[in-house]
Amino acid sequence: MTDTKKIEVRETRIVTRRLHDVVDAWKYENARADGAYQIWADVLRKGDAADLLAQVKASGLRGRGGANFPTAIKWESLPADVFPRYLVINGDEGEPSTFKDREIIEKDPHALVEGVCIEAFACGINKAFIYLRGEFALGYDRVVNAVKEASANGWVGENIQGSGFSLDIVVHRGAGAYICGEESALIESLEGKRGMPRIKPPLPIHSGVYAKPTVVNNVETASTLTHIIKMGGAEYAKLGVGRSTGTRVAAISGHIKNPGIYEIEFGMTFREIIFELCGGLRDDKELKFFLPGGASFQWLVNCDEHLDQVYDIDDITAKLGTTLGSGAIMVYDQSTDPVLVAWRLAKFYAHESCGKCTPCREGTGWIEKILYRMSHGQGRPTDMELLLSMSANVSPDVLRAPFTQTTICPLGPSPVSAVASLEKYFRAEVDAACSGGRPGIAVNVRVNS
Amino acid sequence: MSFTPENLARAQSVIAQYPDAHSAILPLAHIAQDQDGWLTTEAMAEIADLVGTTPADVQGVCSFYTMYKRRPCGKLVVSVCTNVTCLVVGGPEILEHLNDRYAADDDVFVEEVECLAACGNAPAMQVNYEYHEHLVPEMAAAIVDDYKSGVLQPRGVSGGLK
Repeated sequence: MTDTKKIEVRETRIVTRRLHDVVDAWKYENARADGAYQIWADVLRKGDAADLLAQVKASGLRGRGGANFPTAIKWESLPADVFPRYLVINGDEGEPSTFKDREIIEKDPHALVEGVCIEAFACGINKAFIYLRGEFALGYDRVVNAVKEASANGWVGENIQGSGFSLDIVVHRGAGAYICGEESALIESLEGKRGMPRIKPPLPIHSGVYAKPTVVNNVETASTLTHIIKMGGAEYAKLGVGRSTGTRVAAISGHIKNPGIYEIEFGMTFREIIFELCGGLRDDKELKFFLPGGASFQWLVNCDEHLDQVYDIDDITAKLGTTLGSGAIMVYDQSTDPVLVAWRLAKFYAHESCGKCTPCREGTGWIEKILYRMSHGQGRPTDMELLLSMSANVSPDVLRAPFTQTTICPLGPSPVSAVASLEKYFRAEVDAACSGGRPGIAVNVRVNS
Repeated sequence: MSFTPENLARAQSVIAQYPDAHSAILPLAHIAQDQDGWLTTEAMAEIADLVGTTPADVQGVCSFYTMYKRRPCGKLVVSVCTNVTCLVVGGPEILEHLNDRYAADDDVFVEEVECLAACGNAPAMQVNYEYHEHLVPEMAAAIVDDYKSGVLQPRGVSGGLK
């Protein structure tokens, strides 16, 4: 991207405005007083689904779950005359350090429901499923309540507002499996099966839930739609840089002074996000490294090239090979042992591997075991070499970013990103970890994976 | 134990929401677990009957998901996060403290879990899937004690409202 547009360092609250500004926005009357369902009413009055598609296309909206797929193209790919078709909202937020969807789900569920209504109307869908992570007990109550209130007030149900359009929304709770955040695994889980990803093609848009055409969208994506229709697609597209239009709700955590969710316009630099927006590191300590896009992609370190990287979906991939992923940024100070963080991530992936593909089922487990001994004072001189060779079975060309994969879904190669980051940036720490005699770090984590 | 008449009615209304009854396996298992405190073999057989599949199918599905407990786990499931954000701000210390304190307590089941999506207020834990954030070990124990003594009312073991 050669875009040199200067983005002001402040939040641009569009999707998150209501949950910040309105007390108890999850209650129908409060959300309604703030304008909830107004855009939905306008959409119904106009009854122009083609215009919705045009607006979303003009907005350049890309999926906020992590894959960044253009939403309008997904809608256009729906097979024309196949019914029934379904809408599935992915609220199975389980990526380590990602907590943006939970904020929307718990604090502003009506924004989600309104977005679902608009999207269903645009795609000619009469049945939508909102799949929430099982652990979101409160979130489930809130969304169920929101759907109930919306139905009671005539925004969801049969012949909505006399328009002839009907929509039924089912809120579905998972039961604790990170892999169900992968869209085809989520569909399997929604069908009451083990959450294992399907081989693609066919894509869900052609054959999804119950083998019918299915649009799968992230919670944040659906919640953004209302605002795009309100602002107009072209106006929304003025925000951001290049093909990264609009705003992104970033979840920032770790050794940061003011952790939390920040809705930022694409185009800010990481330096501005970490040091200006979030106030820098806790106790003003020095930055060591940060994870720019959730747990699954390569890390960045404390250097000008990385800190001056612009928060832009395409630019970061082109220049540094990593991605903005799920929108989480994790920040670590100088006291952090990167080998320990890599081990904990590997432990997560080993635990969450669904077991369908052999390279992932076996590979994640072995990567975890070796990183465990490295981070607990029992590393051997050949461990890093072994780690790299094993990683190559899951993700050939280990250091390459974005990663390659020998598995159906990207879970398997995810811990390899951490291994590659160690190899690239933390040779000293790795050498120390591989030299055995190093005193063990005091971590009181019971090992059960 | 089989579904109470009330829960059976709930189960049937859940099944009716889906074009295919098989989709109701997960929600029905949540209802059963909230009722019984864990997911019994009998409950899974009953779910199989209700959705029109075999008990083996339901067991196969349910064993995939970590929230379903296949043995009694007391009244309180305490889930402590130790993933990468909680890891560096005290999650493991909370886990150790609670593990030690409730080691011999049959009512409290302490488990280590993956990211709970509460990193903004880490370290975090859930008690029967109710969030408690910004913790230190003593505070976490005090919260669990409050649930034990009835000062705080817990959700069901599967996170459902009672």
